[in-house]
Formats: sequence, C-alpha cells, structure tokens
Amino acid sequence: MNPAAPLTLIRGGRLIDSAAGIDEKKDLLLCDGRVAEVATPGRIRLSPEDAAHAVTLDATGLVVAPGLIDIHVHLREPGQTHKETIATGTAAAAAGGFTAVAAMPNTTPTNDSPEITRWMQSPERSASVRVFPIGAATRGLRGEQINDFAALKAAGAVAVTDDGHPILRDNIMREVLIAATRHGLPVIQHAEDTRLTEGASMNAGTLAFRLGLRGMPPEAEYGLVERDIRLVAELERESKGARPHLHVAHTSTAQAVAAVHQARRNGLRVTCEVAPHHFLLTEQHIGCYNTHAKMNPPLRSEADRDAMIQGILDGVVDAIATDHAPHAAHEKEVEFERAPNGITGLETALGLCLKWLHGEWHLPLSRVLSLLSTQPAALLGFKGRGTLVAGSFADVVVFDPDVEWTWRAADSRSRSRNSPFDGWTLRGRVRYTLSEGRIVHSA
Amino acid sequence: MTVDRQSVRASRTVPNSLPASTPFPAIAQHPGSLLSVADLTLDHIAHILARASALESEDPLARAHRLAKRKIALLFYESSTRTRTSFELAAKSLGADTTLVSSLSSSIEKGESLKDTGLTLRALGAEAILLRHPNSGAPWLLEQVTGLPVLNAGDGMHEHPSQALLDLRTILACLRSGVTAIAADTLSGVTVTITGDILHSRVARSNMLLLPRLGAQVQLCGPPALLPAMAAEVGPGIRIERDFDRALASSQIVMMLRIQAERLAGLQLDLDEYRRDYQLTAARLAVHAPAAHILHPGPIIRGLELTAEVADGPQSRILDQVRNGVAIRMALVERALNLHTSAVSGAAQ
Repeated sequence: MNPAAPLTLIRGGRLIDSAAGIDEKKDLLLCDGRVAEVATPGRIRLSPEDAAHAVTLDATGLVVAPGLIDIHVHLREPGQTHKETIATGTAAAAAGGFTAVAAMPNTTPTNDSPEITRWMQSPERSASVRVFPIGAATRGLRGEQINDFAALKAAGAVAVTDDGHPILRDNIMREVLIAATRHGLPVIQHAEDTRLTEGASMNAGTLAFRLGLRGMPPEAEYGLVERDIRLVAELERESKGARPHLHVAHTSTAQAVAAVHQARRNGLRVTCEVAPHHFLLTEQHIGCYNTHAKMNPPLRSEADRDAMIQGILDGVVDAIATDHAPHAAHEKEVEFERAPNGITGLETALGLCLKWLHGEWHLPLSRVLSLLSTQPAALLGFKGRGTLVAGSFADVVVFDPDVEWTWRAADSRSRSRNSPFDGWTLRGRVRYTLSEGRIVHSA
Repeated sequence: MTVDRQSVRASRTVPNSLPASTPFPAIAQHPGSLLSVADLTLDHIAHILARASALESEDPLARAHRLAKRKIALLFYESSTRTRTSFELAAKSLGADTTLVSSLSSSIEKGESLKDTGLTLRALGAEAILLRHPNSGAPWLLEQVTGLPVLNAGDGMHEHPSQALLDLRTILACLRSGVTAIAADTLSGVTVTITGDILHSRVARSNMLLLPRLGAQVQLCGPPALLPAMAAEVGPGIRIERDFDRALASSQIVMMLRIQAERLAGLQLDLDEYRRDYQLTAARLAVHAPAAHILHPGPIIRGLELTAEVADGPQSRILDQVRNGVAIRMALVERALNLHTSAVSGAAQ
C-alpha cells in the first residue's frame, strides 16, 4: 500500500460530484488528505519541487467521484475474525470503491461501549478506509437497558441500532428515539417483528410452502416500520423542535418503502436504504436450497423486488447499502435452515448498480453515485465526505464506467466468499480508491 | 437529509433478463438419486413401478445376487419405523450390505456436520446414501458434497418421494388393476383426498406433486391452521375442500395424515374440534364414501385422525402400503446403485 502521498493530482477524468452539481472533465489536486483544488483540465500548476514529488494519476476516459459510502456493513471484529476482520473487510471495501463504511454492532462482544467503539477505529486495526462504528442501542442488544449514547457518540459512534435484534417493545423504542434525538444520533432499525418469524428462513408464500420452509411474512417487516413511524410521529407532536431521525435498514417489501414514502410526505425524518440483492434477486434464487440466497430480510417476491427498483428510481430510497455480511464457507455449507443469514456485498455493489440501475434501468450516473455516496454521507452526517469540493476529505473513487467483467467470489479481498453474484457480469471497474489521500486500491 | 426527488420516468424494463444464480443444481445431479418427485419423468415412474413388480415376484435367491455386497448407508436424523425398515429389507433382499447411522448413536451427537458425516460414509465405502433429515433440502446438500446417489427418505416438511411412489402403486392396485402403462391420463377421473396436517407433511407435498401428473385430482382437506390456502397453488390439479364430508363424497382414495406434534411450533389446536370435523369414522365412511380406499402413511394415531375401526376395517389399505413400500424401495435402491444395469434389465421386461 502506498504511503500517504502529500500531493496527488488526478488528471483528465470526468468528475461527477452530485453534491456540487458537477459532471464534467476536471483535474483534481489532493493535498494532505484533503481536496485542494478542482480545476479545468490542465489549469493546475505545481511548483517544480511539488511536481517532483506529486503522484499523478491519469484518469483519461475514467470517472472520478466521491468515494463510495456504505452505511451498513458487518466487519465481524471484535470476536468473529474467522469471518472477517476490520483489515480484510475494509480491503474489500477499498476494492469496491468504498472509502467509508458504517459498522454494525453485532460483534463479540457487542459494540455497546465507548471502549469498543474506539477500539474499532484504532490504527492498530489496519483499516484501509474509514470505519464509522454504529453503537448498540441497548445493552448486549437485548432490548432492555439503553446505552449511554453521549459516551458512544463522543467515542465516534454515528448512529445507534440493535441490528438483527429489533426493538419490539414500544416503550423501549420510544426511549431510544428520545435519547438518540437528544444526542443527534439517527436510530437504525432492522425492521422485523420477530414474533412473526420464529424458525423462518425465507419469505413466506407459496414457494416457502413448496420447499417446506417456514416463511417470514412481509408484515413482519412493514408492521414494525409502521409502528416505528407512529412512534416518531408521536414524539414530533409531543416535543417542540426536536426531530427524531428513524432510518429503516435494508427495506425489502413494497409496503415498507410505501410507509417510508408516506412518512416523509407527512414531514417526518424517516429514511431508508435498499441492498443490491433486494433490487436484483427474488426468492426464486433460493433454487435448491442455495444458502447464498439466505439473508435477513429474505429475498422476496418479484413484486417486492420491482418495488425496490421503483423506489430507487423514484427517489424514495435514500441510499444503497450492501449489508455486507461475511460468513465462513463451512458455516454456509450446511442445511438451509441452519445456515446463518447474509452475503458479502462490498466488492459487487458498484458493478451491480452500474450494470442494472444505470445500464438497464437508465438511472443517471450522477444519481447512482449519489445513492452510493452523497446521500448516505448526508444520512449519517459524515461532514466533508460524499463530495469533492475543495476542503473536503480526499476520499475518491476512480473507475472505468463501461468495462464489463466477471465477478469471481474466489478473488475477493474479504475473508469470506459467500456471494450469490459469483460468476455474474458486472459493469464498471474500480481503478483507484483513495482514502483521505492515500491510494488504498489500484487495479 | 435531502432527497433527490427529480423523478426518472424512464421506461422501466422489468428485469426479466436477470441471470439466475443457483450454484446448487436445479435437479438431482446423480441419475440414481431421488430427491424430489419433480425429478422423475413419467418414463422414470413407469420404470420404477415395473421394476418394483419384477423384483417383488423374483425368486429371493436370484434377487439376492443383484446387488451382492454393494454398500448402502442409511443415515437417519429422525426416528422411523416403516421407511427405515423397508429400505433396509429392500436393500438386503437385493444382497446389499446396509449400515445404519442414526443421529442418536453417532458422532452427529458430538456436532459432526452433515457434510463431514457424508464424506465419512463415502470413505467407508458407501455407494449410496439414504437420508432422513429434519431440515428441508438436506438431501441436496448431501448429494452436492458427496457426489453419491442420495435417496430422500423424508426431509423436513419438504418431500418424501418414495412414500408417494408406494402410494401410487397402492392406488393403481386399487383402481387400475392390471394396468402396466403409465401415462398422463392413467388416473384421470380419480379424486384423491388428503386430509389433515398438510402444512407440516412431506408426504402430502410429494403426493400432490406426483398424482396430478398421472391425471388424478388431489383434493386437500383440513383446517386453515394446518392447510393454508396457498397449498393449492403449488401445482396443477390441486384444490382445497374444507368440508370433510363433501370431500369424502367425491373421493375414490382417502389419505389420512397424522398431526405432526413435533413440528407444530407453538400452534394451538383444539383436538376435540379437530376430531369432530376431520376424524375418519366408520359412520362417516359408510355415509359418504362406502367404496373409497383408505390410505395412511403412518404412524397412525388411533382415535385421532381415524378410528381403530377404520384402520382395521375392510376399506383400509394401510398394510398394503407397507408391503408396497418394500417393493418400491427395492426398485429405488437398485436404481441408485446400478442405474445402468437396471435400465437394461428393465428394458427386457
């Protein structure tokens, strides 16, 4: 890996910075981890001594954009290093063009303390890109005792969630929303009414019946989203001024996206994300019990999948997030019902979005990149990221937008290989990823 | 949070072009495997039925040479009487060596995975594995990791294909005696009612996928808690009739199922109500279906889904099913271990 270069000049690329409304050829000068200058090609003049030690990257024919930001990943560290480490997970992120990731707290032990939050960000973790921990909302994710959000935030937590252990009790969720709002933190909810999903391992419906698997009904998701929105609405009415921010993780049902849409029409601060597998795959991909098609929320019906695409095209969806969830091969090579939920996603997200959202469904490139960077940065309040205006962090992705290539999970930088997209054709190849000025990936 | 609401009204092509992604094969890879009745063509079914008859009537001493000293492992993660014993007797009567591995007396108890158990059995010389497992889909995994022919002896709530084949043999003996050809209309005009705990039943799923392919109508009967409406959408030729008496009146075959207490997962059932609405009694039979044949895959719970009088009565074919099980399983074991040979001898029938 290159040492931090004090000066990097990225020349001749097509700069797409939707936050700044830029989509044209620009040169970009990065200095000391920040964007120093954005200028018409050829206009940046360096002194002879600067020119002598500056690294110049030729981006002719390539797109230069703010580094991608994934607000939903599982880096598995501390505690589950056979699946992933912060070093391997962020190496995969860098290879996929990501320069910042928000890490879920379901580690071992749970990230419910400022100590672990700081530990995850320590330079000793050897992260390739910026890691923003998300703190546990309650002690041990048990949904009972609320954590010290002030301390978590001071240690660097950017949001709170109980992740795969959704907060079902109304009074606890209310308290979490109140406390998080007081400290300016979003509350992320994995919306699943687990009382309706016991023993279930796929979407409920005819296919689940045919396969002899217990199903998770769509209402387990949207019912909890509706409950959470109701709580947010109540809190807004009661408290003058304070605005809770509810973020719905990985929406997978048409009704959940519709509920978020309606909440926003009503002026509430409710956001949502969609994972690539939920806008590309359906429950049919389970085929003969393929455990790489097992995740939570599960792959749904075609109508739900189409609603995810529509929600993205219509601007209802705020961010694409991968829910990168590495698992060791031996953990996935078991009976479907016993396999853990989740798939990897950091290295395939950009290629899938370019191939399908942009290539097939004609979403403008600037909007694809906004969903992968500018909007998620705004959603979690990452100042100086998601844009490349002068002064912002030198988090940059440089990619060839047109090249098609075949994804091989075996080549992954992640410690795990559990990708359902193995063998798929992706579009757009990352050439350089720079994290705060350092080249952390080049190909 | 600002949301880009500049809506793109591009003509959205519904993504039918999305590639499929199923690393596991869509159908059984090994030609000798039987994982789902959906893997079988009508020709396969006809052949299996023909071999069952041929092997059943063959001289036992001659039959015992067919698979002499071949090795088959019986891997049971759930208890079983009929299926295990009949597969074992079937394999032994063809001369094969069988070994039984059960989850309660093996390293499975110590946490050994299905993959490692399968690889161990293969290394010990097993040429085919018969698997009963509480998880739906487990036979696909076993076949994938061992490359051996696998016979599904019941996987979770999914399928029990050998049971459906022996039920078919029983039904043909009852209604189409002497018919040897199998075609898409062999059972046309026949209504088979399956009554009871359809939701948790692998026997029901295999039968409702198999029998309509020979022209039968499958009528499902039971309360919504045990028979969700979507059951009728699983395939063609399936309908739901909640009224048991009406279902009986239109049936030539009535298959009764046990309530699977071990799979109810907290579901509360009023058993008195269940008996009132769905128990097969001699009185009910006499009024609504005096000529119907009664099947039950077992184990039967006398006094619950049917009365002892019916189980032991003249319309019961329950023990015929058990006998047919041995014949069908001889054909399946032979097919698993020796598909080529059995195809040749089958053609000579």
